[in-house]
Amino acid sequence: MTDIQVHFASDRSLLVMLGNEISREQQRKVAQLCAVIERDRYGAVQNVHPAYGSVLITFDPRRTSAASMAAAARKWLERMSSIELPPARRVEIPVCYGSSFGPDLPDVAAHTGLSCDDVVRIHSSAEYFVYFLGFSPGFPYLGDLPRELAVPRLGTPRTRVPAGSVAIGGTQTGVYPLASPGGWRIIGRTPLKLFEPLGESPTLLQMGDLVNFEPISEEEFVRVAEEPE
Amino acid sequence: MMPLRVTSAGFQTTVQDAGRQGYAHLGVSASGAADAVSMRFGNLLVGNPEHAPALEMTLVGGSFLFDEAAVIALTGSDFDPLLDGDSVPMWTSIPVAAGQQLSCRATKSGARCYLCISGGIRVPPVLGSASTHLMTGLGGHLGRALRAGDELELGKPRQEAAGWWRLPDQVVDRLKRRVIRVTEGPQSDVYAARALSEFASSVYFVSEDSNRMGIRLRGNPLPWRQVCDMLTEGVSLGAIQVPPDGQPIILFVEHQTTGGYPKIANVISADMHAVGQLRPRDSVRFEFVSLDTAYELLAELEALIHPRSLVPFNA
Repeated sequence: MTDIQVHFASDRSLLVMLGNEISREQQRKVAQLCAVIERDRYGAVQNVHPAYGSVLITFDPRRTSAASMAAAARKWLERMSSIELPPARRVEIPVCYGSSFGPDLPDVAAHTGLSCDDVVRIHSSAEYFVYFLGFSPGFPYLGDLPRELAVPRLGTPRTRVPAGSVAIGGTQTGVYPLASPGGWRIIGRTPLKLFEPLGESPTLLQMGDLVNFEPISEEEFVRVAEEPE
Repeated sequence: MMPLRVTSAGFQTTVQDAGRQGYAHLGVSASGAADAVSMRFGNLLVGNPEHAPALEMTLVGGSFLFDEAAVIALTGSDFDPLLDGDSVPMWTSIPVAAGQQLSCRATKSGARCYLCISGGIRVPPVLGSASTHLMTGLGGHLGRALRAGDELELGKPRQEAAGWWRLPDQVVDRLKRRVIRVTEGPQSDVYAARALSEFASSVYFVSEDSNRMGIRLRGNPLPWRQVCDMLTEGVSLGAIQVPPDGQPIILFVEHQTTGGYPKIANVISADMHAVGQLRPRDSVRFEFVSLDTAYELLAELEALIHPRSLVPFNA
């Protein structure tokens, strides 16, 4: 436990640092800590923000004291290793690569020296791990992009990337759940909704999922997109 | 069902409540009223629960036609409200008759004014809250700012909302501040020792680029001590991030849930409402306080936000 640091990031949040690398093993600990906090149902806790090796816990300072929060954190840290995480869910995300859905696919091919088909093949053969959701609703921090596909971000970000866009930026890959500005290179789009606030589960993905991208045709894209929920 | 009709929307008017808690692990930040203290007082004045949905107006207010009688209160900055052309006071419960029109205009002081109405604004809740998250188009009225022609439903007022009240000037005056108190941030050690004292003694100006996601400040750039290669981590409301250009940003109600820039400080909970009143070109300064002081100041503020702070107003 000596590696673990806990301190108040503000008068209403506690930052627990479990480690400072990016690894699946460390992410299991992050997931265990989040699970133990959720089960404890400590009334003053408002949110948890998991990230690479850390969890920020926000609380209502009107309902608890700093001393009580610190004591609760110690208790959670003691209990976390006894949490059994469920087996990772496997999620397949259909993607129509290239054409109007993936305008940057030719650029990625040119930059990496691969053919467009190879880019698609390599991207869709890898298995990705959801480290956590953050940045914007339902946005997955995915690892790990095959090295040969790394490309720099756009010099000038787009003001609008369509929802469902699958993109590569630097050494990372991800899917934009909502239309937003974005500087990553768009190689395809999924007809699935990664964020549905009124649905049973607001997000398609959750921390710890294993994700595969499955290439589909434009016809298939349209068919899936039009399916009633 | 008592529709409220928007005849003109103002610069940025949205439905807000206390915000949606419990979804940061999905990337959903709380949103909610930028100056929650003013909103809560407004709700107390009209007999609503403190966090009932209200309208948050920004810089220039809107005009609204009431189809049925209601009790309203305007709190926060003075947007020069008129009821059927006659001036009405701020921080006071006001009876409105069916057919009357309320017009709010440009601010005379800070950024935001809250229109609280007996029964609260009724919109379908999203993830447990009525608040609007503009950046993602979530919640409130159709996930966006109001437009002329919009019609809003109101909730049923509480039976016991009787009597006319106002908040005394001396309480209102206590809410005004230009020195924002902060506690040290998680990466305070990234900054040269000089940077922390410079931060605390500099005057910053609010940039035009500011919005509900972040208040961008302009001033002397803060020096970094070392190249900061931190991993993305969770971000709290009021965190003050400093990107490589050295210009601080106060992360605000629609902030992203995670971020990779170091944070030099965090605004104390008791002063977040003052951040909600900052307008472009306003000057602001910061003062470091201890966590203990932050909690004392919050307790003092919370003690004020109570019906006992209201005094009867004889119309």
